[in-house]
Order: sequence, then C-alpha cells, then structure tokens
Amino acid sequence: MKGDSTSARSDASSIAIDVKGLTKSFGGREVVHDLSMQVKRGEIYGFLGPNGSGKTTTIRILCGLLTPDSGEGTCLGYDIRRDADKIKRKVGYMTQRFSLYQDLSVRENLEFVGRLYGMPDARRAAADMIARIGLKGREEQLAGELSGGWKQRLALGACTLPNPQLLLLDEPTAGVDPKARRDFWNEIHALAAEGLTVLVSTHYMDEAERCHEIAYIAYGHLLAHGTVDQVIAKSGLSTWTVTGEDFNGLMAELTGKPGVDMVAPFGTSLHVSGRDKAALEAAIAPYRDNSKWRWQPSEPSLEDVFIDLMGRSKDNFQG
Amino acid sequence: MSATDTIRNGEEREPAFGFWRRSYAMLVKEFIQLRRDRVSFAMIIIIPVMQLLLFGFAINTTPRHLPTAVLLQEDSDLGRSILKAMENTAYFRFTREVHTVEQLDELLQSGKVLFGVEIPRGFERAVRRGDKPALLVAADATDPVAAGSALGALGPLVQGALAHDLHIGDPPEMPFEIRAHARYNPAAESRLNIVPGLVGTILTMTMLIFTALSVTREIERGTMESLLSMPIKPVEVMFGKIIPYVMVGFIQAGLIIGIGVLLFGVPVLGSLTLLGLLTTLFITTNLSIGYTFSTIVQNQLQAMQLSMMFFLPSILLSGFMFPFAGMPVWAQYIGEVLPLTHFIRIVRAIMLKGAAMPNLQYDTIALAALMLFAMTVAVTRFRRTLD
Repeated sequence: MKGDSTSARSDASSIAIDVKGLTKSFGGREVVHDLSMQVKRGEIYGFLGPNGSGKTTTIRILCGLLTPDSGEGTCLGYDIRRDADKIKRKVGYMTQRFSLYQDLSVRENLEFVGRLYGMPDARRAAADMIARIGLKGREEQLAGELSGGWKQRLALGACTLPNPQLLLLDEPTAGVDPKARRDFWNEIHALAAEGLTVLVSTHYMDEAERCHEIAYIAYGHLLAHGTVDQVIAKSGLSTWTVTGEDFNGLMAELTGKPGVDMVAPFGTSLHVSGRDKAALEAAIAPYRDNSKWRWQPSEPSLEDVFIDLMGRSKDNFQG
Repeated sequence: MSATDTIRNGEEREPAFGFWRRSYAMLVKEFIQLRRDRVSFAMIIIIPVMQLLLFGFAINTTPRHLPTAVLLQEDSDLGRSILKAMENTAYFRFTREVHTVEQLDELLQSGKVLFGVEIPRGFERAVRRGDKPALLVAADATDPVAAGSALGALGPLVQGALAHDLHIGDPPEMPFEIRAHARYNPAAESRLNIVPGLVGTILTMTMLIFTALSVTREIERGTMESLLSMPIKPVEVMFGKIIPYVMVGFIQAGLIIGIGVLLFGVPVLGSLTLLGLLTTLFITTNLSIGYTFSTIVQNQLQAMQLSMMFFLPSILLSGFMFPFAGMPVWAQYIGEVLPLTHFIRIVRAIMLKGAAMPNLQYDTIALAALMLFAMTVAVTRFRRTLD
C-alpha cells in the first residue's frame, strides 16, 4: 500500500485528492487529526462517520474554505494551502445546508454561478442544466420555495454547472425521500462515468455500498478505508446471525459478555459480533443449543463494522 | 356530553398561572440569548453613556471662538484695538490674515472661516477726521445660528470695549460704523441651511443600512459558504455589493435635491454636475463604510447597532444640527473623520455659495480618503475562509 501511494503521488493525473497529516482544531478541540487520504480520479469516494466526526471539516479543508493547522497535500494537483483559488475553479462543493439564494429563482441562481465562473454563455449553460436536472417548468420558481428533493437537485446542478473535475458533496441526501435519493445516486454515477471525481459524505449504508471506495472517520481519525469488501475483511470481525423468537432476553444477556463486542437487532434477526472469533464462539456456546434460536455464522455488514469501529474509537480517543 | 367532559378535563390539566409560566419561560430564554450576544450586551451600556458624554460636552448652540479672517489694509493702532476688542468678545478667533479681498472671499466660500473682517485703507485717519468710516464684517450666514449671535454681539460689545481706549464720551458715540454683511443667506432662513444638510443626512442613513447588512445576511442565511467555495475575490464581492446602491443613492439624492429646489426654494448656485459628482463620491464613501461594518460584526443586529453608533455622531457632530465651529476642538477632530461633515460643507458651498472645485479640494480629498480607508479595511477584514 505504502509503495503504491508514493508512485501514485508522482502520477498526479490519476489522483484527484492526495493529502497527508491534516489536522484542524477549533477552540482547542481537535476536529481532524492527522488525516491522510487519496482519491483516484473518476472514482466515487464515500466518506462515512458519525456526526461531528470531522467529515465536513475535512471537505472544507479540501476546497479551501478552511486552512489546516498542519498537514499538506494537493487537490487536483494544486497545493491546498497555496492554490485555493485555482482549486475553487475546478471543484464543485455542495454544502450540507442549502446555501443557494432562497430569494433568487432556479434560473437566476444557476446564471449567477455561471457568471461567477466566467462561463461564456451563462444563460445557455443555466438553461441546459435546468433541463438536465429535470427542473424544466420550475425555472422561475424561487429556490426557497422548492421542496427538499428539488432543492438538492438544484444544488447539485449549481455545483456541476461550471464543469468541475471534482465534486465535494456534504451529506447531499440528508432528509431526501428514497426515490429522490436513488435518482441522485444515478446522477452521481453518470457524472463519475464522464470522468468526474466525487467525494461524498453520508450516513446511509446503502449509499456507502454504491461507492467505489469508502473511508470511515470518527473523532477526527480516519479509521478504515478501501472498497466495501476490503473494509469488511480488514475489520477482523466475526458475526453470527441469530433468527428465532424473543431476542430481548438474549440481547441483555449477551451484551457486555467477554468476547461479545456488539449485539444489534436487524429486523427479525440479531447480529452478534466479536473481534476474537474463538472468544465469541465461547461466549455464545451456552445459547447455541437452545431450540428457540437458530445460529448461523455470517459476514458482518458494513454497519456492523462501522458501529464496531465507532465503539472502538470512542474507547481510544474519548475515554 | 362526553366531548364537553374531555374539554373540561383538558382545561383542568392546564397548570396554574399558565400565562405567567409561559411568559416567564420566554423571558428567561431571551435573557440567556441576550447574555450570549456579548457585543449587544456591551452596546447596551456603551451606546447611551458614550453618546451622552460625547454630545453633552460637544454641543454648543451659542458657539464662540469662531474662525475669522482679517484683511488689514492699513497697520494702525486703532485697527489693532478694534481686532483686540472683537477677540475679547470671545465670539471671534482670528485664524488667518489675508492681503486681498479675493483671498477673503475664497476662505469664506470654502468654509474655512465664518467671518471676514476688513479694515480699509485710511481707516484711522478717517476716524480722526470724524468721517465715520465703515468697518466691514462679512459673515458666512449659511448657518444662521452660528453667524447670528456673533453678529448680534458685534456692535455693542466692540463699542463697549473701545470706549475706554478711545476716550469717547458717555453715551458713547461710535466714531466709525460697523457694516455687517451676512453673505449667502442674508434673510437668515434656516431651511436654506437645513435642506442641503438633509441631503447628506438622509443619504448617510439609507446608504449605511443598505450595505451594513450585506455580508452578515449572507453569513446568517448560509449562502456565504457557497459563495466562498466559488472563485470570487473579496474586492469583487465588495464592488458587486456596493455598485447597485450607488445608483439607488444617486436617485435618492436627485429626489431630495429636486424637492429642496422645487418645494423649499433652495438655490443651486454652483455647478449641478459638480454637485452630482461629489454626491456620488459621498454615497460611495457611506456604502463602503456600511460594507466595512458588515465585515466586522457577527450578526445583523450588531450591524444595525454599529450603524446607529455611526449615524448619531454624524448628525450631531457634522455641523448639520449644530455649528461645527462652535464645538470644542476634540469634537471637531471627531467630526473631521465623518464623511457627513465634509459633504455638508461641500453641499452647502455648492448650493448656497456657488463654490467650485478649487474651494472644495480639502473636503473632496477627505471624502475620497475615508472611502479608500473603509474599502481597504473591508477587503482585509473580509474572511475568505470559515476559520
């Protein structure tokens, strides 16, 4: 892995984001700690982590909205400390909270962005974008009056309008209905197919699974990264799925038992996971013969892995 | 029946003193929020105390020690005695000595002095011959308050002071005549003074508010984050936010001056083009200052408070309401940093005195300097990141 990254660093054209040792504190509290990451061009990179884990801060550092206290790196080949202006020309940033002008219409917002980036025909570009994001017929509606899903489309349209090479999307689908969410992801995949690099933060596991690569960040530390399968494999977590009746008693009994690191209900089944395979098996042994439940060894889900990572990082950095 | 029961039961569950409890809850919340907003909290104390002290000491409606220029056409003992007597009245302070009538006119027109005293050639000889010559006192009467009391005091006071020196009889008979000439506003009509001043005052108020909220509004609405992630520079943001209001201000100024001329009969003796140009400069200066405020404060409330803090001294210390020359020197220094002070001089000079550019150089440069200073502060203060 290490050898890979150094050779990739020299080949700037294949790497969109390459940062090392980013650290950022606010009022004495370290929000991002020694964070290093690489994102390949044309890739959809998922950024996961609990609330307040430093995802937004990292994204803001990448697009020049925040200056890191320490650390260095490049974004699209430009130095994140020195070339913020150049980065801004080629990066589209979609903020977590809707940040276009609520008192401007859809068309006016897009034309504003187009003009700001000095596009030769902002009016035309805005009209094309309205068609692309399916807002035709709503051009003259004020952005503030749009519903959540439409707002999010408009925001995506605005940040892709100036043909950026990199999209930074900060929880773009928060509070959006499933259909709109799916459409949104189809659009993101279409953009990536055109060669755009996308860094997207999310809380949704299904969205994480739609990414080419993911990174998990908690308390400012990047804890795991790679493809979904790699992250699950690297977690070293063993999981048993229990089906049957009356989990409540079982959950209470298993929770906190040595060898059992996590017990989580998933609908009609229960996931029991542990980092030490042998210890886990020892812990569950007394319950396996009970006819009420059926035990099956299984793959941990991404959510299991993340919750485990979160629990562990909490012990390490907060306790 | 059952429905009414439920309602009655609901009413019974309502806690006692509900009105007061809820009002109290709201009150506690407001206090907490007020305490969190340190700047507003400080302003609650600072604004009234500072303004009271400032204006209480600075404002003087019977101004004394008014700047006066002297044109001595002859160097005589009598002339000196008269000047001394005038200075002793405490109304006049001789700040300049000139040698030609033109110089005297220039000083009056540019507002550098409020009075000009001319002792004509052969004055002393004429007095001795008993010809009752005239001592000329020209006053800038654009501000009737400033000029009025001094002119009123002139005759009797000088006479009394001179009585001893000249050994004249009692009842004293003046051996010369004081010919006072109230220039620019001979009828001492206060609207001639007020209307041009209002042009500046109204523009200060409206322009300041337009831009004082501009940056904080973007921050409060969250649009700043988007804006900062796009390739725009602080100077570009500033110009984009100021220029539309220059046009708004220009229309406003046109409206006020138009009404002033048509309805109040205030003349525009000087060049209308020059007035337009300098008004635009003044508008831009105020917009820049408002914009600077918006880069300093944290929210829209603070922006409003800061604007008020700027607006009050502008009204009281600029010479709009009270004679500028009558204020203590320290208050005059404060006045010099306010754009309104310079604009009021400019607008009165152009409208009432027919002044041209050479008379207004100082105030024009001062306005431009204030504008550039505000813009520089704004551009350096504008935060390009969210740090």
